[in-house]
Amino acid sequence: MNSGIPLEYYLIVATIMFFIGVYGFLTRRNLITILMSTELILNSVNINFLAFNRFLFPGKLDGHFFGLFVIAVAASEAAVAIAIIINIYRRFTSINVENVNELKY
Amino acid sequence: MEVREIMFAAFALVIIVFSVLTVTSRRILRAAVSLLFVLIATAGLYFLLNYQFLAAVQLTLYAGGIVVLIIFSILLTSQISQKFEPIEWKKALFSALAAIAGAIVVITTILQHTFAADTAAAMEVNMHVIGKSLLGTGADGYVLPFEVISVLLVAAMIGAIVIAKKGSPFKEEEKNK
Repeated sequence: MNSGIPLEYYLIVATIMFFIGVYGFLTRRNLITILMSTELILNSVNINFLAFNRFLFPGKLDGHFFGLFVIAVAASEAAVAIAIIINIYRRFTSINVENVNELKY
Repeated sequence: MEVREIMFAAFALVIIVFSVLTVTSRRILRAAVSLLFVLIATAGLYFLLNYQFLAAVQLTLYAGGIVVLIIFSILLTSQISQKFEPIEWKKALFSALAAIAGAIVVITTILQHTFAADTAAAMEVNMHVIGKSLLGTGADGYVLPFEVISVLLVAAMIGAIVIAKKGSPFKEEEKNK
């Protein structure tokens, strides 16, 4: 079923995606692009969960459901983060991290 | 077999190229669209792994939901015609160094480790099995995380509404200043 493509290939793709996300997280200055980098990181971890489940534990579904829950957590995280970003925009009229430098009024 | 390899190579290529575009594009809307392509290619990888349900969830929730949410917030908060100023080369260089070093360490570890592939019969993941597992209380049941995730989703929804609604305490403070 999963013949042809070794497990390592999936892991390498996920690793590269993860570290591209880390690079974006370190270099971006806009809050929404930082959020997009986080989504990349979460997504790469999800690929790992599913590949491990399919190749190492094909008789179980633990990785599958972990991936499902990761997606749900990512969705709620994105919703809350975007609400916070919109609120920050209302207050600072900018969503650059340099301009948002006071935590409390 | 040949087709699977070609498909995998195509998806991997799309993922890597568009991931790079997502983090380097200087127009924010283009970055969001690149993210959309990355998520769709990831769903393709899930199809290759024979997880059709999760691939469908990925397409509807990630590519359909989160990307639309991100694009909406971009339209609300940024001038889309405006380009980001380029990153200082020092920051870009050191971030790239950190990322590449981390990637090299992880990839060498992956290549050196031999994974003991299980040859047990692959489980068919159909809706019947998924439903039974999600609401099961036995050894293969996931009813507790399922309920916890429901509470989390409700909390996140209420939290998002409370945070983003107009007339928040910040506004009052603004008027007083």
